[in-house]
Amino acid sequence: MDIKLENLTKTYGFQRAVDDISFEVKTGEVLGFLGPNGAGKTTTMKAITCYLTPSSGNIQVGGISVLENPDEVKKHIGYLPESNPLYYEMPVIDYLRFVAELQCIPREKTDERIAEMIRVCGLKGEKHKKIRELSKGYRQRVGLAQALIHDPEVLILDEPTTGLDPNQIIEIRELIKKIGKEKTVILSSHILAEVEATCDRILIINKGKIVADGSSEQLRKQAQGNEILKVQILGGDRNEVFQSLRQINTVSLVDMLEPDESIFEIQSKNEAQSARPIFDMCKEKGWYIGQLTPVETKLEDVFREVTAN
Amino acid sequence: MKSILTITKRELRSFFDSLMAYIMIVAFLGFSGFFTWIQGRDIFFVNQASLQSFFSIAYWTLFFFIPALTMRQIAEERKTGTIEMLLTKPVSEWQIISGKFLATLALIIIALLLTIPYYITVAQLGPIDHGAVLLGYLGLILMSAAYICIGLFTSSLTNNQIIAFLLALFIGIFFHIIFDILSNGLPGILGNISHYLSMSTHFESISRGVFDSKDIIYFLSIIMLGLVGSEAVLTKRN
Repeated sequence: MDIKLENLTKTYGFQRAVDDISFEVKTGEVLGFLGPNGAGKTTTMKAITCYLTPSSGNIQVGGISVLENPDEVKKHIGYLPESNPLYYEMPVIDYLRFVAELQCIPREKTDERIAEMIRVCGLKGEKHKKIRELSKGYRQRVGLAQALIHDPEVLILDEPTTGLDPNQIIEIRELIKKIGKEKTVILSSHILAEVEATCDRILIINKGKIVADGSSEQLRKQAQGNEILKVQILGGDRNEVFQSLRQINTVSLVDMLEPDESIFEIQSKNEAQSARPIFDMCKEKGWYIGQLTPVETKLEDVFREVTAN
Repeated sequence: MKSILTITKRELRSFFDSLMAYIMIVAFLGFSGFFTWIQGRDIFFVNQASLQSFFSIAYWTLFFFIPALTMRQIAEERKTGTIEMLLTKPVSEWQIISGKFLATLALIIIALLLTIPYYITVAQLGPIDHGAVLLGYLGLILMSAAYICIGLFTSSLTNNQIIAFLLALFIGIFFHIIFDILSNGLPGILGNISHYLSMSTHFESISRGVFDSKDIIYFLSIIMLGLVGSEAVLTKRN
């Protein structure tokens, strides 16, 4: 089921939380939603789940508009809100049964679905405990179980791994990836590594506008532009090496990073690659390469670049 | 309809799980029993086989108890954010409100059913007007429904339970007694309006055994106004 946002705008009073954004998510895609605090991530997610009504613009889930038929849209969405609200007084299993009934799961299938959720989310030992008695990580699992119980076509997760320990984080990521193969998933996160590990596509928004959209490789390439190499050349005088590097015609910039160890950072010209010319130069002068590493722009750098002002 | 009942079931369970239901029932039976049988203008004082004195006491006890039951119903969901969880499921605001309304009404009806022994006892003491008793109970139920809707409405306005409780009492006291007092003091049309708005006018006429569609319309209007008002407040969340 595809999700399509068309010129979505949401204002609170005079403040534009989401400002005219449009994007589309296809079935089988896991979209990571990134942005600084208050960028409009949660507002966008709440609009998709029909909790908030757009001030203008439209959202379609599987071709159904949230403005015209919210109840039909809600049936296909599994949603884990950021604060993970739960009825603390209810035992886990009763809570899941309550949600199953609200989701109109046929009576004969309810037990099966609940058992499945308890297995998938690892709640076997806690199913009869009241939610109040659970730790934060287990509560998060209950939140995930209630979002998944009706086997939704679309999954919206607002910071799904907060409060989980590293093992659980890996489990949940695997689960999201598995679900994401057939379903449409949108997840928001503050942890860039997590988004990079789980998402096929990343969308960065800032002040209510989309500032970057693409896979993590694409984003990195976009931000970086030219190739950057970190190279250590030994066996010669470092100033001579520096001069020679500057004379290579594919190189646009040379920077001496650590003069004592003669490590340089080399930026190539547009579209050019400098590894081979450097190697040839060394061969010619009788120097040798101690190390050669391509410097990748990290997603953090991309994030900072597009959201800073 | 199924979603409404799902909500009703959960609300009722939470009343009983949180002991709220037991406290309410025990307190209600205690108060009304004490003043009906033991103290003041009780049943024996009237010298007549009638439940009138019970009805006028229940009229006051329910007035105070109902806001205590309804105050957390929406306010707490707003505070903990569970309302967001509910509203992103395929249920409408109307279904949530009416589910909660039915749950509280069911609890009040349970409490009233437990006073049936009063009726049986009094019926043993002398000839009793069965129709009047039945209408008296109907009056109590209608009045409770009206206050539940006022309580739900104030609970939907805030996420602070105490404010919801006090606001419900504040609105309620107008219907309960202030309009009645005003109707005696105000001249002409204003007096008539106050007289019509006063809950006691309608409650007394029903509990005396007079079944008039005017009274029924009065109660149903308050109920609908409260429900629609709460729905509007919930819908206006953004």
